[in-house]
Amino acid sequence: MNILEMTAVELAAAIKNKEVTVMEATEAVLKQIEKKEDEFHCYVTVDRQGALARAEEVQKKIDQGELSGPLAGVPVAIKDNMCTEGMLTTCSSRILGNFVPTFSSEAVLNLQNAGAVILGKTNMDEFAMGSTTETSAFGVTRNPWNSEHVPGGSSGGSAAAVAAQECFYALGSDTGGSIRQPASFCGVVGLKPTYGRVSRYGLIAYGSSLDQIGPLCKDVTDCAAIMEVIASHDKKDSTSVEQQDTDFTTALVEDVKGMRIGIPRDYFGEGLDPEVKSAVLKAAEVLKEKGALVEEFDLSLVEYAIPAYYTIAAAEASSNLERFDGIKYGYRTEEYEGLHNMYKKSRSEGFGAEVKRRIMLGSFVLSSGYYDAYYLKALRVKALIKKAFDQAFEKYDVILGPVAPTTAPKLGESLSDPIKMYLGDIYTISVNLAGLPGLSVPCGLDQKGLPIGMQLIGDCFQEKKLIQTAYTYEKARGAFVRKEEQNV
Amino acid sequence: MANIISDETIEYVGILAKLELSPEEKEQAKKDMGSMLDYIDKLGELDTEGVEPMSHAFPVKNVFREDVVTNQDMREEILKNAPGEKDGMFVVPRTFE
Repeated sequence: MNILEMTAVELAAAIKNKEVTVMEATEAVLKQIEKKEDEFHCYVTVDRQGALARAEEVQKKIDQGELSGPLAGVPVAIKDNMCTEGMLTTCSSRILGNFVPTFSSEAVLNLQNAGAVILGKTNMDEFAMGSTTETSAFGVTRNPWNSEHVPGGSSGGSAAAVAAQECFYALGSDTGGSIRQPASFCGVVGLKPTYGRVSRYGLIAYGSSLDQIGPLCKDVTDCAAIMEVIASHDKKDSTSVEQQDTDFTTALVEDVKGMRIGIPRDYFGEGLDPEVKSAVLKAAEVLKEKGALVEEFDLSLVEYAIPAYYTIAAAEASSNLERFDGIKYGYRTEEYEGLHNMYKKSRSEGFGAEVKRRIMLGSFVLSSGYYDAYYLKALRVKALIKKAFDQAFEKYDVILGPVAPTTAPKLGESLSDPIKMYLGDIYTISVNLAGLPGLSVPCGLDQKGLPIGMQLIGDCFQEKKLIQTAYTYEKARGAFVRKEEQNV
Repeated sequence: MANIISDETIEYVGILAKLELSPEEKEQAKKDMGSMLDYIDKLGELDTEGVEPMSHAFPVKNVFREDVVTNQDMREEILKNAPGEKDGMFVVPRTFE
C-alpha cells in the first residue's frame, strides 16, 4: 500500500510492525508537499528540517518502546492559530507575520507526547474570520478536488492538506463551523468537540466562548484516535473540563440499532442546494436501514443563530484582538506620532478587511448605549437556542443534517457580500453557541464532483454517539475516494 | 437600509477599536455596519423578557489556582518578538511630556 494513502492509524500500525519507518513516512509526505504546494497552497510554513529531525527522534523512541500509541510517528499539520514553540505562528495575518512563540499550545503538546511529527502550519482565514481561507494575508488555498474552488474555512489549509495527502491528519479550530465546513468541502472527516474538551491554551483567541480545537482526518477511526490524544483537562485553560467518557475509540462500533436520530425540518428548507439535500437524506436512509430510529422534527430558532453568533463573536473578537498593539510582538508601523497613533496605524496596517469589519462591529455592539440592545440581547437568544437543543436531546441521541447549504464555491465568489457568506454558516453556527459537539463526514459528490458533508450533532460530551453513528455510516458507505485518484 | 451609520459613529467606533480607517474604508464600514445591524435587528423579533443572558453553554464552576510561577525566565526569547527592544525592555513611544 502506498504510504500516502494510509490513514493515520494505519500508518502508525505499519510503523509499529516495522513495515514503514517514521523517516520514510515523513520523507514521502514532504515530497508530496513539494509536489502539490504550488497548486494548492495548504501551508503557511513547512518545517522540513524540524520534521526530519523529529522523525529520527520519534523512531528511536518507538524502537526503545517509549512510544507505542496509535498515532506514534505519524506526521501532522497544525492550523496556524495554534502556538508552536520556535515555529512561526501567524494566524495568516500580517500583524503576526514574524511571531515565533516561546511555548506550544496544549493540544500540540499532547500530540507531541503521543509521538507526532509536526510538518508545519496550515493556511487559514485571517484570525479564523472567514469561510473560504481567502482572507489569509498569505494567499488563498485551493480545493484539492477542484482547484478553481475554495477549500472552505477557516481551517481550509488543514482540510485541504488532508485531502491532498500533504499530511496524514491535521488540527483545526472551530468557532462557527471552521472545522466542519472545510471538512465537508474537502471530503474529509472533521470534529468540533464539546466546548471545554480540548484545552484552548495556546490557541490564539477569536471568540473565546465559541472556539474549540478539533481533528481533520481521513476517516472516523482516525478521528476517535486523535480525540483520545488531544482531549485533556488543563489547568492553564479555566474553561477546560474534567474529562469523562474519553475512550472515544471504544465507540468505533458498527451498530446504530435503536439510535434515535432527529432530522430538523428547519435544516432542509429554502437555500439548501437540492444535491446536498438528497445526499444527506440518502445517508440518513442508510442509517435507518441499519436500525436507527430516524424521524423529522422542528428545532426552531435556526434563523436567529447567525445574527446572535455574529454579535457575540464580533464582540469577543474586538476584545481579544486588543492585544495586538505593536509593542510586545508582531507588526509595528514605520512612522507614527506618539503612542495612540502608533497603536492605530500598526493595527490598521496589520489587520485585513474582514478582521477590521468584525472588530468595528464588535466595538460598536459593546459600546455604551448599545450593549443591552445588541450584546445582551444576543446572549439571551443564545440561551433560547441552547434550550431548543436541550429539548431536542430529550428525544434524540443525534441530530442529523447538512454541514453547509452548498458545496465549495468558486474562488472569489464569496467575499463581495459578507452577509451572504455568513449565511453559509447557518447549520454549523448554533452548535458553537450551544457548546455542542458536531461531526462532519463525507456523504457524496455533487455533479461537479465536489464533496458533500453530513453533520451529526450531539448533546454536550456525547462525542461517542457521533463517532459510533459516523463509523457505522462510513462502513456502509465504503471508501470515499475521488473518481480519478490522484497520481502520487 | 434601516440603520444609517453616521460619520460621527464611525469616528467614535474607530477610537474604541483603535483603528484608523481611510476615507474609502470609512464609507465601506458605514455600509457594512449598517447592513449587519439591519440583519442583527432580526433578534428583536424574539421575546426575551425574563431570559437570563447566557455566557457559558453549560454550568461550570469558577476555577481558582494558586498564582505560582512554574515557567522559567524567558525574557530573551520573549523580547526577540518585540518590534523594539532596549536593555531587556520593550521600547514604546514617549507617552507623556
